[in-house]
Amino acid sequence: MSPRVAVFKFASCDGCQLSVLDAEDELLAIVGAVDIVEFPEARTRREPGPYDVGFVEGSITTPEDLERIKQIRQDCKVLVTIGACATSGGIQALRNMADVGGYASIVYAHPEYLDVLATSTPIADHVPVDIQLYGCPVSKEQLIETITAVVAGRRPDLPSHSVCVECKARGTVCVLVTGTPCLGPVVRAGCGAICPSYQRGCYGCFGPSSNANVASLATAWEAVGMPRPALARALQGFTVGAPEFQEAIRAL
Amino acid sequence: MPSEVRTIEVGYLTRVEGEGRMKVVARDGKVEEVVFSIFEPPRFFEAFLRGKHHSEAPDITARICGICPVAYQMSSVHAMEHAFGVSVEGPLRDLRMLLYCGEWIESHALHIYLLHAPDFLGYESGISLAQDHPDIVAMGLRLKKAGNEIVRVLGGREIHPVNVKVGGWYRLPTRAELDHLATVLDRVHDDAISTVALVATFPMPDVSRTLEWVSTRYPGEYPMLGKTVVSSAGLDIPVHEWNDWFVEEHVARSNALHSRIKTRGSYETGPTARFNLNSELLSPGAAAAAHQAGLTAPCTNPFQSIVVRAVETLHAVEAALQIIDGYRAPAAPAIQFVEKAGEGCGASEAPRGTLFHRYRLDAKAMITDAQIVPPTAQNQLSIEEDLRLVLEKHIAEPDDRLRTILEQSIRNYDPCISCATHFLELEVDRG
Repeated sequence: MSPRVAVFKFASCDGCQLSVLDAEDELLAIVGAVDIVEFPEARTRREPGPYDVGFVEGSITTPEDLERIKQIRQDCKVLVTIGACATSGGIQALRNMADVGGYASIVYAHPEYLDVLATSTPIADHVPVDIQLYGCPVSKEQLIETITAVVAGRRPDLPSHSVCVECKARGTVCVLVTGTPCLGPVVRAGCGAICPSYQRGCYGCFGPSSNANVASLATAWEAVGMPRPALARALQGFTVGAPEFQEAIRAL
Repeated sequence: MPSEVRTIEVGYLTRVEGEGRMKVVARDGKVEEVVFSIFEPPRFFEAFLRGKHHSEAPDITARICGICPVAYQMSSVHAMEHAFGVSVEGPLRDLRMLLYCGEWIESHALHIYLLHAPDFLGYESGISLAQDHPDIVAMGLRLKKAGNEIVRVLGGREIHPVNVKVGGWYRLPTRAELDHLATVLDRVHDDAISTVALVATFPMPDVSRTLEWVSTRYPGEYPMLGKTVVSSAGLDIPVHEWNDWFVEEHVARSNALHSRIKTRGSYETGPTARFNLNSELLSPGAAAAAHQAGLTAPCTNPFQSIVVRAVETLHAVEAALQIIDGYRAPAAPAIQFVEKAGEGCGASEAPRGTLFHRYRLDAKAMITDAQIVPPTAQNQLSIEEDLRLVLEKHIAEPDDRLRTILEQSIRNYDPCISCATHFLELEVDRG
């Protein structure tokens, strides 16, 4: 029997689950190899758990979602978080450093109609997670690799080194040494080092790489005329909720 | 005799982007209540944009929607350029249209083939449709891939592209990259023509209504990057007068704000509105395909939106080819401008309708106030009015059939609920 796969959404832009449908060349093969039994964005038929694999997009921001993720964990043999929202809280984790009541009243005339938590937090803060796919959005290749690995019953091959390695591999001239501030040295690989190949600095979609040395990067930024507060600001982006970046922001 | 009350509820609408629900109630064969609501959790973009630098807005607002990030990038750069008193024209603007053509093609192909066609053909998903009709779905995926390829080449990646900035681009495409895209588009041109012919054969529920249609306009172009806002009731205003004419209201049942035109009420934005206001500006092939499909403006049957979407897909393929053909590289990837305090407004045509942005900036060009009006929020009232009309017309149908046609009616709008709370639950309460 094909593995039973589910896709769930929490607070997010839908871009990471859309990456499944964006695998145009592989999509029909994927739906042949696994049985996607729960995927509300793509199909009306819905089946209750248990599931062999659950892919979770989005962050936890409401009291209901906090309860829902616990049930999903119980229903899934393997739980995979997909994307920056699910792995670090997403851009909406900027609220963790502010007063959410104030936020709500900026956007909505009647904040009392809303029922939200003060923070936007990653899935792993609430339940054990088996595999994490980083990125804003996730890499389609990593997603396909992970689905393939799960069907084959092996671990997916996912990098933890920095974006710099990807720039070297594709032969992109370092933008930092040519004067453009770049977060690449402290950011996890996975996108394929897109930004430097478009003549701009990495802005951190995949979150911290292993052994990220932000203090050393601060020196390199100063050398291109960007003071420490500018680096602290740059880290307050799509993976602002990552503990390594939180700590670095405080230290800067 | 006790009155007969029927309730139909869909607690979690599927095949839409985001989380929403629907509930309709009929008493003694008369519609009593129709609610389309959005429970997608709010993410407060307009709040955390405050204090961000103006240059960060295109990348941050893109994250409102993984289906139409280009729309967010385009409306935000327009607003910032308006605030600085500059305008991006010529080949830099043509490249923006080319990127946008890519987003229209991928988003429309996704909606036509994977989300909406299953309703017309009696399937619960594009995945099931593919089991019986692999050739149809394969055609849709080829089109979608071509659209994504434009966004990938010009923008760096399909979702949340990285190459758009205030003033233009980080890097210009090479001639070889554009020639590659022309080849990709040539290959799907026939697919885009066949798509119009295919969806025109779909059985259409017979519903007709007239409402106020709204789109942006740019002289001589089928609307994409708008300069003014026009409507079928005679509205014709510069984009920055938006708030003089449109209002947003917060209602208890929805985490999205509802829009109205002051003193008039609901309106529709999106493919049908664009077609009804601008059909004479379609590319020649798209105009011919619309004619052959029997589609004429004004299109008053909301279910025909799938045909309009197919026509717009073909238009985008042809417009993209024309842009590539006429492109001559400019001297620099972006124009120069002076950052200053002020307010700026911008609008563009997301695949599902007009997207308006407004920002206020301080002397350091930091954002002090942001307003984002996405198309699905604007269409919420029209979606409810259509549900009422469809329910009245089909009230004799059994619950299952009724539920299906009501959900199909919501999908006519290709609603993006992630955008509007930036989706939806269906409840039909018949008592």
